[in-house]
This record gives sequence, C-alpha cells and structure tokens, in this order.
Amino acid sequence: MSSSDSDLTALTAAELADKLASGETTSVEVTQAFLDRIDSLDGELHSFLHVDHDGAKAAAVDVDARRGAGESFPSLAGVPIAVKDLLCTVGQPTTCGSRILEGWQPPYDATVVSRLRRAGMPILGKTNLDEFAMGSSTEHSAYGPTRNPWDTDRTPGGSGGGSAAAVAARLAPVAVGTDTGGSIRQPGALTGTVGVKPTYGGVSRYGIVAMASSLDQAGPVTRTVLDAALLHEIIGGHDPMDSTSLDAPVPGIVEAARRGDVSGLRIGVVKELGGEGFQSGVQARFEESVAMLTEAGATVVEVSCPSFAQALATYYLVMPSEVSSNLARFDAMRYGLRVFPEGVGDPSAEQVMAATRDAGFGDEVKRRIILGTYALSSGYYDAYYGSAQKVRALVARDFDRAFEQADVLVSPTAPTTAFKMGEKLDDPMAMYLQDVATIPANLAGIPGLSLPAGLAEDGLPVGVQFLAPLQADDRLYNAAAALERMLLDKWGGPLLAPLATTSEVPA
Amino acid sequence: MTMTAPALVDFDEALTRYEPVMGLEVHVELNTATKMFCGCPAVFGGEPNTNVCPVCLGLPGALPVVNEKAVESAIRIGLALNCEIAEWCRFARKNYFYPDMPKNFQTSQYDEPIAFDGWMDVELDGETYRVEIERAHMEEDTGKSSHMGGATGRIHGADYSLLDYNRAGIPLIEIVTRPIFVPGDKAPAVARAYVQQLRDLILALDVSDARMDQGSLRADVNLSLRPVGVSTLGTRTETKNVNSFRSVERAVRYEISRHAAILDDGGLILQETRHFHEDTGTTSSGREKSDADDYRYFPEPDLAPVAPSREWVESLRATLPEPPGERRRRLQGEWGFSDLEMRDTVGAGALDLVAATIASGAPAAAARKWWLSELARRANEQGVDLAALPITPADVAAIQKLVEAGSINDKLARQVFDGVLAGEGTPDEVVQKRGLAVVSDEGALSSAVDRAIEANPDVADKIRAGKVAAAGALIGAVMKEMRGQADAGRVRELIISKLT
Amino acid sequence: MPDSPPDITRDDVAHLAGLARIQLDDAELERLAPELQKILESVATVSEALEGAGDVAPMSHPTPITNVFRKDEVTPCLTPGQALAGAPASEGQRFLVPKILGEE
Repeated sequence: MSSSDSDLTALTAAELADKLASGETTSVEVTQAFLDRIDSLDGELHSFLHVDHDGAKAAAVDVDARRGAGESFPSLAGVPIAVKDLLCTVGQPTTCGSRILEGWQPPYDATVVSRLRRAGMPILGKTNLDEFAMGSSTEHSAYGPTRNPWDTDRTPGGSGGGSAAAVAARLAPVAVGTDTGGSIRQPGALTGTVGVKPTYGGVSRYGIVAMASSLDQAGPVTRTVLDAALLHEIIGGHDPMDSTSLDAPVPGIVEAARRGDVSGLRIGVVKELGGEGFQSGVQARFEESVAMLTEAGATVVEVSCPSFAQALATYYLVMPSEVSSNLARFDAMRYGLRVFPEGVGDPSAEQVMAATRDAGFGDEVKRRIILGTYALSSGYYDAYYGSAQKVRALVARDFDRAFEQADVLVSPTAPTTAFKMGEKLDDPMAMYLQDVATIPANLAGIPGLSLPAGLAEDGLPVGVQFLAPLQADDRLYNAAAALERMLLDKWGGPLLAPLATTSEVPA
Repeated sequence: MTMTAPALVDFDEALTRYEPVMGLEVHVELNTATKMFCGCPAVFGGEPNTNVCPVCLGLPGALPVVNEKAVESAIRIGLALNCEIAEWCRFARKNYFYPDMPKNFQTSQYDEPIAFDGWMDVELDGETYRVEIERAHMEEDTGKSSHMGGATGRIHGADYSLLDYNRAGIPLIEIVTRPIFVPGDKAPAVARAYVQQLRDLILALDVSDARMDQGSLRADVNLSLRPVGVSTLGTRTETKNVNSFRSVERAVRYEISRHAAILDDGGLILQETRHFHEDTGTTSSGREKSDADDYRYFPEPDLAPVAPSREWVESLRATLPEPPGERRRRLQGEWGFSDLEMRDTVGAGALDLVAATIASGAPAAAARKWWLSELARRANEQGVDLAALPITPADVAAIQKLVEAGSINDKLARQVFDGVLAGEGTPDEVVQKRGLAVVSDEGALSSAVDRAIEANPDVADKIRAGKVAAAGALIGAVMKEMRGQADAGRVRELIISKLT
Repeated sequence: MPDSPPDITRDDVAHLAGLARIQLDDAELERLAPELQKILESVATVSEALEGAGDVAPMSHPTPITNVFRKDEVTPCLTPGQALAGAPASEGQRFLVPKILGEE
C-alpha cells in the first residue's frame, strides 16, 4: 500500500482543496487514489454502477494543467466526486438503477453535472440507487444492492445508498444525491455521513430523471458539514432550464458552516418526530445532541406539528401519482429497452410498450405506478390526490407555525439504525416507515440536513436531522457545524466505518 | 358481409323532427419562433427530427419552460374573443399513451384555462349569431407518425410506423365553444361562418398563419340532435379531420342526416370520435369513448402557475386589432361595396384576400371581381377554400396592374391566373413564359391595321365619313390577326387616326 | 371520503395496469391486489388530518413562484444523430416503432 494515497482518501474535500490549491498534491494523484480504492473495495460494497476511470483521469489532467497555467477555480476544483445514477451524464451511462434504461447514454448533461464539470471536479462514476430512486435500502436496484460499509450484511439505506456508502467508505470524498422523501438524509444517517436536502428549487432538477417532480431535490453527500456547504454552493443557484428553480442567490451557507455558533439560537424539538417507534439508541443519541446544543447556548422548545401524523400517507399518494406520470415516457419507442411480448405474432406498438414496461420495471416501481394510477383516476382523485394536496398544505402550515417558535427544528433522521439486507423487502409499509421523519420536509419544500450523531447500542451510526424554513439553508449549516464540532471533540475524531479503515489499496 | 352505406335522412326532413346542437373545438397552432416549452424552432416540415431537443423528445430528466410569447398570444386570443383572463391558472398533465407523444402525457390546461367565458358574433346573411366561448387554453402539439405498410423482408411482413418529433411541442391554443343553438337550417352555415370568422380574427391578431389545409387551424365538430320540443341534449359525436371551411359545413349536414336516421330507427347514438372524409363528404366511426379515456389530469408540477398581472392583460388588450364586425363595416364604406357585395365577399371567405389585394394596389371592384368570379370558380372546381389556392393577393394585384397598363387584357389575364396557379411563377414570369403580352410593337400593329383597312374598304369609308362606331369590325379583324394579343384600345386609336 | 377504501380486486389491478400500460402476468396481479389493498388502507387515513382544519387550498407546488417564462428565442437543437442514438430502431432519420393501432 501507498501511505500517501491512503492519506489522501482520508482527507475531507476542504482539506484536499487546500492541498490542491497550494500545489501539495494534484488532482491526478487524488483522483487516482480514489479510483484505486474503488477498484479494491467496491467489489464488496457495490456502491458504483459505473466507474469512469478514463473520464475522471482526463478531467483531473485538465484541471491540473489549467491550474498550472494560472487559471483560478472555485473551492473544490480538482476534488473528485461521485454522482448518483439518476443524473444525466454525457459519456457515461445513466440507468437509474433500472433495466429499462440499461446502457442508455444521455445526449446531455444535467445542470448539476455541468456545474461540477465547470468547477473542475472529476466525476469518478455513477452510484447505485433503488430503481428510479424508489426505496429506502438500495435493494431495489436492478443491478444488485449496495452494502453498508459499517456492516456489509446491512443496507446503507436508500435510495441513495450508493452515494452514501461510497462517501462513508472513502471511495469518494463527496457525492451528489437526490432526496424525494429522505433519499439523501436517511442513507446519511445509516452510513454516518452528512446529507443535505436543500430548499426545493435551490438546486436545479434539469437533467435529473424525475421521480416525483414536486418533491425531488438534489444535494450533497459528504463526511463534513463544511464539505456539504462547499459542494452545495457549486451545484446550487438559479437555472433557467428548471421552471421551479428559485431565482435568488444561495444563502451564505459556506460562511454559516464555518461559523457554527448556536448561542441564542432557538431550537425546536418536533414532538411528532421521535419517541414511539424510534429505536432507543437512536433516541438516546438524539437527546444527547439536543443537550449539547443547549450547553452551547441554544434554547430548546418543543413544537407540535399535528398534521405530520398523516405526512407519510400524504407522501404515499402525492409521490406515486407523480411517479405514474413521470415514468410513462419509458415506453420502448425512443430510447431504452424494447421487449416483444411472448407468443404474440406481429405485436403492435401498444403491446410492445406494455411488455417492455413489465419486463423493464421492478416490483417496487410497478407497485408505485399502479398506486399512483389509482390515486389519480376518475372517481378517486378528490378522495386521494385532492385530499393529499390539502394535507400537504397543512404540513407546510405546521412548519410555518413551528418556525415562529424556533429558528431550526431537530429530530432523529431515521427511526432505526441500518437494517439487515432483506429484512423489509417483503413488507413495503415497514420500508416506507424509514422515511417518516424526513418526508415532511419534502412535502413542504423546506431544507433538511442529517448529521452523524454517534453510534447506537448496536454499534451502528445514528443521524440527527436539522430543518429550516424555505431558503434558510444557512441555518442548517450553522447549527449542524456547531454540533459537529462538539461531537468531534467528544469522539476525538470522525466516526469511521470499519470498511473505511481498510487500506488494501495496492501500491 | 359487404359494407353498406349508413342510412341517411334528408337534411330538411330531419329538421322537421330534430334540433341540432353543435359545439366546435378549434385548435390553432401559434406562429411563435419556438416551441411551447423549449427553444426548438416551431416550424413545419424540415428534415425529420432536426428540430428536437431533450425537452420536446421527452428525454429522461428534461424539464419544460413556458414560452412567454405563447402566453401572450393566448391572452390576446382570449381578449379578442371577449373572454375573462384567469388571474391565476396552472398547466395540467393529460395522461395517455400514444407513440407520437414523447412523454406519454400532454402538457395542457384542464379546469383552469387561461381564458374563459367569452363570445364571438358570427355574421351570416345579414343576421348575427352570438357563439359563446367556454374557454381557450394552452397546450402542445404531438409528433407525426407515418404508417408504413407491407414492408418486405420483415417477420410476417409486418407493418410498422416511423416517428418524427419536429412538430412535438409546437404551441396550440384550443378554443372551445359552449353548445350552439341556432335554427337547424342555419346550423351548417353558422358552423362554417364561425370557423371562417374565427380564422379572420386569428389572422388579424397575427398569432398564427391559420391554414386549415396545413393543419395550423383544425376544427372538431361536435353534434347532437334532440327531438323538437325536448330540452335535454342528445348524445354527441365528435368529428375530426375537418380540413376546410366547406368541410365544416358538410360535416354538420352529414351528421345531422346520419343521427336522424339512427334516431328515427329507435337506435342509440354512440358517443364516439368520427372521421370526416373530404372525398365523399361522409364520416366514419373512429374510436368509442371508453374507460381508457381516464386521463388522470393533475396540476403540472414542473411548471409554475401563470398569473398574468392586470397591467399585462390591459397592455395586451391595447394591441388588439379592430373587432371583425366593426372592421367589416369600415371596409365596406371604404370600398364602396353594396350590402350584397360585402355579404358575398365575406361568405366566400374572401374578405382578407380582397383587403390584401387592395392593399397591394388594386382597385376594390377589381379585387372583388377576380376573387369572387375567376378564383372562386376555380376553388369551387377543386373543392378547396379560396385561401388555399396557390396564389397570393399580391399576385392578383400584379395581374390587375398588367391589365390596367394595357399589357394584357381580361382574356389573357385568365391565362395568367392559370399559369400562376399551375406554379409557373409570378404573373410577370407567366406572361413572359407563355408569351401572353399584348403586341405593343407599333410597326406590327400599324401594318395589321393597314391590312384590315385594305381588306375592308367599305367599312373604312364609313369611318372616313364620320361613322366611328363602325370601327368595331376593323378592330375585330386586327385582334383576330394578332390572336388576341393586342390592346384593343390602342388598335382603335390607330384606326381612327389613320382614317380621319 | 372513503376512510376504508373499496376492496381492490385482481380485475381492478388489471384495469389500472392497462391504464399504466404494464403487461402484468397472473402471478403479479394476484400478488399486487392485496399489497395495494394494504397500502391503500394505510393511506386512506389521509383525510383525517383535514377534519376541523377548515378550508385548505390544495398545494401542488412547494414554493409560491409564478410566471416563469422564457423568451421566444431559438436555442440549439440536438443533431438527428444525437436524437436517434438511443433509439431501439430507426429508419430514414425517424424512430421506427411497431405498427400503431387505433387513432387518437
């Protein structure tokens, strides 16, 4: 093994950026170190669906050359990154973890991807996910599950288990995920990484394959709060290609992440997001976090959001309805898989569409499409979709009221630590409950952040979630940075997944 | 079993027992530079799949952004139809699978149209019929499929289809009337006049080229019958493929006769889509309405609601052209047409053609004459609308100028029309290519006149004696020799100057 | 509002699958019916949150932005090669698909 390479993968993105800026290392060295680590460890984890050795190295050579020529870059130039395989990338396949898009090469880059390229960040590859981001364990990927680097018999959460596992195992310093009901934050909690879902509209959705358009939001997956802020700053901001993109500057998130001062901050504990149904070790780490924030000068109030009792039900009506429409385009006509029905001579386009959608979609995707078709169909619209949209408004109203009493809200991110592979696969409702604490933020569009808060009694990581009002993402970074600093002091360093300490990288 | 033509009841007889109720849905393709939701050119034709991008191809991840000009056009159409303009409205997704629709949903508007509750006064034979407009909303066009038959070398010799998405995403405005109740005998003509006058309005707004023959204005005709004296509406059929004003009228007539025959027989009208056939003037069954028509509309989450400010709406109102009724009255005064002449002009769908011809320099009477006689006859022979003839008002004005200059006469002008309509070029080019110009070579004319005088000494003497009216016989002889290609007036002048 | 949803039968699932253009086989239909029933029973409670809430405007968009428009200006298109690169089949620069039945 090469000690300098393993040192590089242990650094945070901010630290790597400093070394790159000072010339202590090069993007080629850094990128190679991560590619080597992927080659040696990802066979077991399966966090990547595609690794782009050549493209990443070429981008690293390019950024080194331009830096050598005196060009100045944003903060993370030269730092490599992993991208969830839900984002369109020219030159790499985009499969969404689905057979229906196996091998599809998009002719265009997602706006987030363009911004990463422009910022000089080599893209290591595309990370695994539940098919079309539908799931909470990454077991619904058509290409096989990702394993949790803390315990490879367990899932890393989902849908963004690939990005979270890759960052937790130091196969990438940072990654991009997407969060529709918790797909960045819940895997963050289950793998001991930082995950941020920005304010809806804060990061462009253009080129991100839609699951539920009114809920989807891309965001950073990192090991530190500062890294998340640095990445968020690069990918965020207005995009005229996305009509729901907010035409406002990204709030001062990097400055907030560096500040980390909660004195005088009002922190609201959401009564409905904790207690019953939450694992005791999860609840214990959460309560310790709140106590630490209090010691650091924050005032704590309890807030109640009664409509959250129906947030999960609301989500499981709104989301599948949008899914049923968004996924209609996968029909074997213009791109992707084409399957001819068995035993039908001379099949029609209609029959080929139906056969392809049966063969190309997995069970969870079909379940949600059928559920959404039902919720939107005539006769049921008012009772299901219509009611759900009203409850959605109530969830937003509950948040508005809570934010009159508190500057940020906190809760455990997920009700449990990482669960065993297969444990919830046959019980959709049990799987859906994983997102009970993360879903309200998606319904209301507000930003949320999950920060590792320690290990539970089972030795697995626990996440604490911070929530802030629309467009007040900086509050998340400020509060989370304060807690992170205190926790790191207490632990004497970052929590490392057992697999992350493996250094089997060939010299 | 052989196909039998459906039974029909004579139109007039049908009206003794039933009242027709019509509804018209007109789709107008806007003339914006770009598509409804992306920056691809919104143009007809072109090489297949050249005007496409991730958005209008429905590629995974692509997102729509509304074309501001299309919203502006929609509001202007709404205002011109005396509609309310929504203070806040959303787009909706209409979900159904069809290969020419890239996303398998159409981005449209559902229960929140941008314009609603309007009306248009349709003038017909000196009467005014108010057609109420239920709504005008924005949506996008589909791509085009071509069905390829009997391909060889394929398993089972299967047919297949080819898809071109150049048209996918071109902005459409759908204008829907409320049920139209007019005296049955007037219904077909009112339907035609509505579509015609709506087209005039669209053209005046300059929001579309509104060509029925090219599909940039499409009309669907809804029709139901109810027994005279009954107030509940009957089951309606929706006839598509109606590609000319004339066809609108014929489709209404045909459906009235067909419905009446079924109802007379005690039968039930199927609620279905029907297709109009231009060649036979009949309709045939398309698709029956069914459960599959559950379109599962819901608000389009990818697009922000449209909330036009009242200032914007009022500024657009200020850009509206003169209302068509007022304009017709003004033009009639300016042109000096009688009521009958004006009615004929409007009825022939020639108002804008005549106006444009006059604007190109022709006198009003001449413009009317050419369009309503010469060209109307040809359009009728070919079964197409006047506007669909391949000749422009500028061409007509140019031909009239040639006549006035004495370069051609009326008889030659007809041949110039033939040439232009046959695609032989501009009027000047046709005159040149066909050698139609009157002979203006004074030498040739003069010797022809001399020969005519010599051959008709009696007539010449009469003229010498002051009977100038006798010149006609000599003129005839000269024209015959010149095979009609001479200016009769000039011939007359020459004869008289030589003999007096 | 149905607090307990109507029973979802195998035929209901088949109808929904038809609307969604998915050719589910018998085993899938049999499995999905009770699964959907269970999910629907748990989401049917959604309207409970509305009791006593008064008039609530349905929320379709999480942020209140309106009037997001683009100027009517042409932007670059894909080349036909790019457009057709992912097509399962093409001919003459067009997407080739099995015969289309029925007409809209």
